[in-house]
Amino acid sequence: MAPVTLRKLVKRYGALEVVHGIDLEVKDREFIALVGPSGCGKSTTLRMIAGLEDVSDGAIEIGGRKVNDLPPRARNISMVFQSYALYPHMTVAENMGFSLKIAGRKPDEIKVRVDEAAAILDLSHLLERRPSQLSGGQRQRVAMGRAIVRQPDVFLFDEPLSNLDAKLRTQVRTEIKKLHARMQATMIYVTHDQVEAMTLSDRIVIMRDGYIEQVGTPEEVFQRPATKFVAGFIGSPPMNMDEAIVDNGTLVFVSGMRLPIPPRFTNALRPGQKVTFGLRPDDIYPSGHGLHAGDPAAVHEVELPVSITEPLGNETLVFIQFNGRDWVSRMLNPRPLTSGEKVRMSFDLSRAHLFDIDTGKALEG
Amino acid sequence: MKLKKLSAPALLLLPAFVVLAAVIVLPLMFSFYSSFTPFRLTRPETLWVFVGLRNYMTVLGNAEFWIAFGRTVLLLTVALNAEMLLGLGLALLVNKATHGQRLLRTMMMFPMMFSPVLVGFQFKFLFNDNIGFVNNALQSLGLTDQAIPWLIDGNLALLSIIIAEVWSSTAVFAILILAGLLAMPKDPVEAAHVDGCTPWQTFRYVTWPYLMPFAFIAMTIRSLDVARAYDIVKIMTDGGPAKRTELLWTLVGRTAYADARMGLANAMAYVAILLSIVFTVYFFRKLAAARQQIGAEW
Repeated sequence: MAPVTLRKLVKRYGALEVVHGIDLEVKDREFIALVGPSGCGKSTTLRMIAGLEDVSDGAIEIGGRKVNDLPPRARNISMVFQSYALYPHMTVAENMGFSLKIAGRKPDEIKVRVDEAAAILDLSHLLERRPSQLSGGQRQRVAMGRAIVRQPDVFLFDEPLSNLDAKLRTQVRTEIKKLHARMQATMIYVTHDQVEAMTLSDRIVIMRDGYIEQVGTPEEVFQRPATKFVAGFIGSPPMNMDEAIVDNGTLVFVSGMRLPIPPRFTNALRPGQKVTFGLRPDDIYPSGHGLHAGDPAAVHEVELPVSITEPLGNETLVFIQFNGRDWVSRMLNPRPLTSGEKVRMSFDLSRAHLFDIDTGKALEG
Repeated sequence: MKLKKLSAPALLLLPAFVVLAAVIVLPLMFSFYSSFTPFRLTRPETLWVFVGLRNYMTVLGNAEFWIAFGRTVLLLTVALNAEMLLGLGLALLVNKATHGQRLLRTMMMFPMMFSPVLVGFQFKFLFNDNIGFVNNALQSLGLTDQAIPWLIDGNLALLSIIIAEVWSSTAVFAILILAGLLAMPKDPVEAAHVDGCTPWQTFRYVTWPYLMPFAFIAMTIRSLDVARAYDIVKIMTDGGPAKRTELLWTLVGRTAYADARMGLANAMAYVAILLSIVFTVYFFRKLAAARQQIGAEW
């Protein structure tokens, strides 16, 4: 088992630079998720760690050893691919035991380790099948089995769940989490799905355009997003955001609507400053239907018209018109609401976020 | 008696059946019949003498026929294996090319664009012992000070034919295997790298099983081609010297037209076709197995 360190890691394709000198320390036995929209460089970074892409600049260390110039086979890693990448001409058992066979292990030992991994992943009854005779979820498990059998220092996952349907995805997600608990190995997991990143990882790395926006635990990136981008990317439905100007102790929005300056920012802002104001759907609710009790001093109440509602059973997403747009709010213990109805909404400003309008960086309050 | 009316589908298919019967089935049956007669082109009346299996007995007991048969199998084996290896190498190289791959692919097919007769003439000139390019080059380079009798020595002549054959048709393998390489998913190869394979092991365990069906398709096509090899040999050596490069079809051709023994030639041809059928069945079996192995969906 081993820590993984990226130092000023750069990837260029000709003149085009796609990863711009990122630094990252992955601790031993940590589960790290690289998350971001497509084209943010997360897969490229993972493939550089695997050795499938050359490093243009900077360094990658696995277990304290610089691996830049080592071929994948010398890095002692396993990788689970999005397309599973199983060997179609081999049975499940042969697929799983292939790396051991290549390493010159004895057939008995290979069998023991394949059987062990198959038992963990509930594949024992499928060992003699070929990949073409398996369902998507089963193929995915074989791909994981192939990774486990090697007992590598580092597991790499490249969007392993994106070819599965929603139900199976939740199931396999749980299996990956169990696997991490059992294997006690360093795992690096690439995904564009923030839910996977939040549910699985110890820490999340949010990437955008080849830069790291923030590294933190799921709680940190959710509660204290470092940038406007992170705030918008993490959380579902996404955070409500709009631009405002500081004026006379209030925030003035384009439409002229005003909100009080959130308490923790009162001393941090100067008049005339432009900011982006953000508030999660959990922190706006029809009065009396909130998720948090809320500090009464920080809760601001406004009467606003409802555009539409999306009932989800235990809660309802209420879209309200604020500053000329639809803002999402989450209503617990829902009661029926009709479009156009004016509802008294609570804004829990103690949980509001403010971002610099130019840099997008979160303002400290 | 009332004529039974043909149904519309049968009626519509009838012309096709008639044409096929006229141009394929009837000649086939006629040639098959003639293989049971002592038919000579110079004596038409012999067509009506039925001699049973006499021609076949003659063929099967004929050493010259079996030598030609064996030589054809030898040519087939050597040429196909050489083409397979060279074609595979070419395909792997072209697949690595980052620029101008399209141009290379086109260039690779040039030899296929020449008529085999022209290829025969060209190589006949190249291997000429006096004025040929090969001897000229070897002597200029100081590799030998004698003229090597390429087309005159029996073994060298067969080798020369094989070289001409390989030159003209390696592209078949190269193109088909390259198609396989281009169609192949990249992920299993990367998985193999991560799983610890050296480049050679990656090829041996992952890439090659993918390419096998393509290689077998090329094998099937080319085995039929080579088994009926005629034109290149006819031009380069005409079966000589002293019948040392006589192949099945040059023998059949000679028996039919030079010796005018059409009945015997037809019997030979029918035995020779068995060879092609055996090869085709063999390669198709291999192909089916290889396709099933990689779970091909075509």
